[in-house]
Amino acid sequence: MSVVMDADRIGRTLTRIAHEIVERNRGIEELALVGIRTRGVPLARRIASTIRDIHGYEVPTGALDITLYRDDLMRQPVASQPVIHRTEIPFSIDDKRILLVDDVLYTGRTIRAALDALIEFGRPKSIQLVVLVDRGHRELPIKADYVGKNLPTSSSESVQVHLAEIDGRDEVEIRE
Amino acid sequence: MKRLLRGGRVVDPANSRDGAFDVLIDGDRIARIGRDLPVDAATRVVEIPRGLILCPGLIDMHVHLREPGQEHKETIATGTAAAVAGGFTAVACMPNTDPVNDNAGVTEYIRNKAEEAGLARVYPIGAVSRGQKGEQLADIAELRAAGCVAVSDDGRPVATALLMRRALEYTRMFDMPVIEHCEEQTLKGDGVAHEGVSAAALGLRGIPGEAESIMALRDISLAELTGGRVHIAHMSARQTLDAVRYGKSRGARVTCEVTPHHFVLTDERLGTPVPYDTNAKMNPPLREASDVQALLIGLVDGSVDAIASDHAPHHYDEKHVEFDVAPFGITGLETSVSLCVDRLVHTGVLPIVRLVELLSVNPARILRIPGGALSEGAPADITVLAPDLAVVVSAASMRSRSRNTPFDGWLLRGGVAATFVGGRPVFVNREVLDFGPTSD
Amino acid sequence: MKKDLLGIDDLTSDEIYLVLETAEAMREIGQRPIKKVPTLRGKTVVNLFYEPSTRTRTSFEIAEKRLSADTLNIAVASSSVLKGETLADTALNIEAMAPDMIVIRHASSGACHLLARICRSRIINAGDGMHEHPTQALLDAFTIRQHKTRIEGLKVAIVGDLLHSRVLRSNALLLTKLGAEVWASGPPTLVPRGLDLLGVRVTTSIDEAVAGADVVMMLRIQQERMQGGFVPSLREYFNVFGLTVERARLARPDVIIMHPGPMNRGVEIASEVADGPYSVILEQVANGVAVRMAVLYLLAGGVQHEEAA
Repeated sequence: MSVVMDADRIGRTLTRIAHEIVERNRGIEELALVGIRTRGVPLARRIASTIRDIHGYEVPTGALDITLYRDDLMRQPVASQPVIHRTEIPFSIDDKRILLVDDVLYTGRTIRAALDALIEFGRPKSIQLVVLVDRGHRELPIKADYVGKNLPTSSSESVQVHLAEIDGRDEVEIRE
Repeated sequence: MKRLLRGGRVVDPANSRDGAFDVLIDGDRIARIGRDLPVDAATRVVEIPRGLILCPGLIDMHVHLREPGQEHKETIATGTAAAVAGGFTAVACMPNTDPVNDNAGVTEYIRNKAEEAGLARVYPIGAVSRGQKGEQLADIAELRAAGCVAVSDDGRPVATALLMRRALEYTRMFDMPVIEHCEEQTLKGDGVAHEGVSAAALGLRGIPGEAESIMALRDISLAELTGGRVHIAHMSARQTLDAVRYGKSRGARVTCEVTPHHFVLTDERLGTPVPYDTNAKMNPPLREASDVQALLIGLVDGSVDAIASDHAPHHYDEKHVEFDVAPFGITGLETSVSLCVDRLVHTGVLPIVRLVELLSVNPARILRIPGGALSEGAPADITVLAPDLAVVVSAASMRSRSRNTPFDGWLLRGGVAATFVGGRPVFVNREVLDFGPTSD
Repeated sequence: MKKDLLGIDDLTSDEIYLVLETAEAMREIGQRPIKKVPTLRGKTVVNLFYEPSTRTRTSFEIAEKRLSADTLNIAVASSSVLKGETLADTALNIEAMAPDMIVIRHASSGACHLLARICRSRIINAGDGMHEHPTQALLDAFTIRQHKTRIEGLKVAIVGDLLHSRVLRSNALLLTKLGAEVWASGPPTLVPRGLDLLGVRVTTSIDEAVAGADVVMMLRIQQERMQGGFVPSLREYFNVFGLTVERARLARPDVIIMHPGPMNRGVEIASEVADGPYSVILEQVANGVAVRMAVLYLLAGGVQHEEAA
């Protein structure tokens, strides 16, 4: 078990990402952030907050629960269902440039589910992907547009992201 | 052919006998009962293992044999096979067959079938009213002459007080009892279970105990009025037992019977282990603990005269439906003795001698049929009980054609070792008692 | 959760809360422009309704479709006995076509238990005779929580034909499990013996039940009850047991008025009360879809037609 990003590092990484987003996207008014539950949500909020500090502009932020879109539901013979939470996207996504935010990008299946979910809400102008950690081992053709840290891992390892809003501390660790 | 049953305990209250006695059977009669009876070369000796009990053949005075008309549920052959396996040397069968036993033709048919089967004796009960419709009396004298020992419209009560009065008056000529299924039909309504907590929790329409006792009071009053004999079938409610005591105290000629399931189970059985188990559905229904308690007290203090099974076989398909729609009734011939010995004798509620009264002496007396005693010269109808035999009730192994019992899988202590009808061993449990080939 | 939902009786309070939380998330789907999620895509749900019902069946159907399930409605016009085919046989025949779930409403208490014993499909009880109507109680609880945030400690009055009501039984079980104080009131002819043993305060005075209540739930009284001699007339019933405006005032000022529907206006409830500001009757209907989506989702876990590992 080792810590690969501490609180300080995470903070600077998110700030850097926020700047990158603003740089690459002409027309900040078209942007909207959608965090994938659970830990994508506080990350999205922090990015929105940083952008507000830089530009004084409040990027609309929403939360997306992708459980119902997962491709691995109901495939186990005996399984109790994963708990689902509310999706809250209190704005129209039509013609917006959506920034999907998640903590860890791994196989890409979560993002695939998130794309399916998002399309139900409307027709965005574009969707870009923001992740704090990319640990490789993609199983689908999914690529992140903004990456906090590239973290090569083996499949036997697990990457745990802890965020103050949920876990009481900011930390990214790898476990066997 | 002479057979000596040696070494058993004879329980024969009618002759005030309870102890180690040998029983000598000669042909179809009991030749002698005594100690150290002499044996000659022609006599086959059966050593009765320690602990086994010889008693007068048990009589189940309330069974449904379903033949004629409903042979998919049971036939006289399978029903009497079940009877002897259950330790019964005789049964009295109810007339709600198809056609109803309201004439000599059906009565004779039943008796012939029983003779063909050659197992338990069958005493038919005739209908009170034609077709059991509750309008006109059936030809009761004809039924009597053909061999009926009682009359009943069982399945239903006798339809009106007037008709019951007439039936009681008429049967007095023959000293026959009217066996009554006590039920005030408007109170019963479309009820399917005892009106109590279980029915409330399970959402089942209830039948209060008073539906039974109100009718019992009617019949007991009429018995008093007419001097006739009424026998209350399958009594289930404590209020009915109170009515019986009241009637007896006033000298009314009333007797009553209780089924084993009514003193072993309560309405809780409807919810567990299998919710809405149709094998717990019968009429009168399983009642609550206070009713069971009252019946047990009645069995001990003599207010209850007999135990009868109300053996009511139904085909699996008929019972494999929603509770509301399933027919009422469970089998009983092959579980009765084990339930009685386990739940009455071994629990200390009553001694075995009292059980013999309830299952043999009193049924014979009420129906005025031979039996109920091991008297020298009497037909050799003998039941050999194994009171400590470990029995696992198995519906699949029963000789009855039907499997509708709530007792499947029950572990009980007490069973039947052998059943002799007219000296012939028509049932032998070879694990308990082995005496060579029985074909003779 | 277990394989089937046959009654509130089989649910723990944790499981009840799980359904309510899940329903909260499901509710949001009904507010989207595209009211669909792919969760039950390719799964087949059979709605087997032996009793006529527009409201409950439609609610289940919408819930199933929102989860992208394939739905099949079988409305059996007459009882199985009249049709000649037993319930058990009908169920086995349907089962042979491998549905994933069967939603059943039947006039006999315990009919869904029979199905659960013989079918491998998940069975959801949409109302069995006089016994239980679990999804109704769940949507009622959901509605109450929306307005009162909690169920514990509330005084809930349930008024009407208690004897024949499966809505009463399910609600009484659920609300007492979650710590509410349940008062049941109705004419003495319609009170089942032993009801108090379910943990419910029983009174024949509607005023006593409604006084200070946080929630008043009115039950439907059917025409047939007059034939059975249970009540002399519907007019008399309204006078003695109907929720009039005056009676409703006896409850707390922030009371919510509920009814499982369909209503008999002027019999168990005055129109002004049914349509008034305290009535949440229509919300109950809307919540029904979300709650049923939650139940379908939670029971669908591990839905395969092979034996479980």
